[in-house]
Amino acid sequence: MAVSIKNGDAIADAIETADDAPRGSMPGPPTGYSSELERVEIELLLEGVFRQYGFDFRSYAYASIRRRLWKRVEAEQLTNISELQARVLHDQDAMERLLLDLSVNVTAMYRDPQFYVMYRSTVIPLLRTYPFIRIWHAGCSTGEEVYSMAILLEEAGLYDRARIYATDINEVVLQQARRGIFPLDRMQEYTENYIKAGGTRSFSEYYTAKYDGALFDQRLVRNVVFAQHNLVTDRGFSEFNVIFCRNVLIYFDKELQNRVHSLFYDSLVRLGVLCLGSKESLKFSRYESCYERLDTTEKVYRKVR
Amino acid sequence: MSGWIPRKRSTGRSGESESPDVAYRIVVVGTSWGGLAALRMLVEALPPEYDIPTVIVQHRHRDADAMLARFLQDFTQLRVCEVEDKQPIEARRLFIAPANYHMLVEQGHFSLSTEAPVRFSRPSIDVAMTSAAVAYGHRAVGVVLTGANADGADGLRRIASGGGMAVIQDPATAEVKTMPVAALKAVPTARVFPLERIAPFLGTLPSSRERTHRTA
Repeated sequence: MAVSIKNGDAIADAIETADDAPRGSMPGPPTGYSSELERVEIELLLEGVFRQYGFDFRSYAYASIRRRLWKRVEAEQLTNISELQARVLHDQDAMERLLLDLSVNVTAMYRDPQFYVMYRSTVIPLLRTYPFIRIWHAGCSTGEEVYSMAILLEEAGLYDRARIYATDINEVVLQQARRGIFPLDRMQEYTENYIKAGGTRSFSEYYTAKYDGALFDQRLVRNVVFAQHNLVTDRGFSEFNVIFCRNVLIYFDKELQNRVHSLFYDSLVRLGVLCLGSKESLKFSRYESCYERLDTTEKVYRKVR
Repeated sequence: MSGWIPRKRSTGRSGESESPDVAYRIVVVGTSWGGLAALRMLVEALPPEYDIPTVIVQHRHRDADAMLARFLQDFTQLRVCEVEDKQPIEARRLFIAPANYHMLVEQGHFSLSTEAPVRFSRPSIDVAMTSAAVAYGHRAVGVVLTGANADGADGLRRIASGGGMAVIQDPATAEVKTMPVAALKAVPTARVFPLERIAPFLGTLPSSRERTHRTA
């Protein structure tokens, strides 16, 4: 694999430019561009990226990857997907930029506060029964939810028996996650989320405001191991009591989702807990019968067979 | 020697879309301000035989729960549900795009995304309609109702330019006309109806199920 993402500043750009300009039209093909031709070009580009660089996006959900590719076409001032293919195959810097577009997932602290309320009331009592708790946070992106979970475990008095393995395909987002600096202008939203999520202290105890960033207490990650791991191509690496993977699999197609569910199943201890996003479901996978739901609303499952 | 490469059949704009035989596979309805009342009227007036899979994208607060689905269920025989990732697209159902996600139409199922808001909106009507145009081409229908911003204009244009059906609520009948006006500017050829006539019009559109019955 010739390319790794190393440009730390690029991540901030990738996240900031993730929102399309409020005016003007969305990036996309010109009127009259055939959808069949577009699909051929996208498949060829993803095949080329895989064979040249080893990053496998071929089984990502089509509609979303299509959007991200067109954003990159526009940002590179090109006119079609085939031109983007030529550029990324011949220019590693362009490949790095595309890799950021394709692999950065936007997240928030205590996204879906109700999930964390349920976690406190339903999952924490189960975790109390273990002398040592291993948690895999798969696809942690820039780490907002890793810090959210660390705070929750701290407040439940379980942090010191826990070890969190926080992984992502993208080394740049992991660097950001390790630093634990999040935009100050999001803190109002995150504080509201924290309160709705059942937080028991004052949220501002956990961070220090500095310039336009909020630096989170590094003690929160003393038991966190940040490591690069690719859900598409890498194997499991341990056995876990909890696998936390929210709003990551939505970017995969159904077949790839099944492959990752197989990995998760093999990586959970018996009665281990799988946490998916609120609008994700095992119902459309091959693994529904291996788990029981622990909550009627949130997508939290326990491995039972 | 020019012209010897056989042309592949294209699903782009063609006379076919105007023919009464086009079987529509998906309807995407987008609305924001004033949407609740408008959606109630639309859903209530859908004829009983209506069976084109229909998805509703209504802007709302990121913490909004399944209230919208429960509310609309009281006014229709169709089954109403909030979309989950990779849920199959099925006939005789009303799908609601969940709050705080983008909803994308794929061939045969939906996908969700937490990518950044587009024009401050998540779900974005533009994102949903564009994905429907890509997945279903001239078999997609887009409907833009009342709303206070320009979301939906771009997506409706994508549906129209793919040969699909573009429908806009007559701005004069909209609680807030910004959204239908913007859509009309983007798609001047769209069909424009007062709110109460949109559901009956959708009821006249042929669905793939009817087509199957007819040819069976």
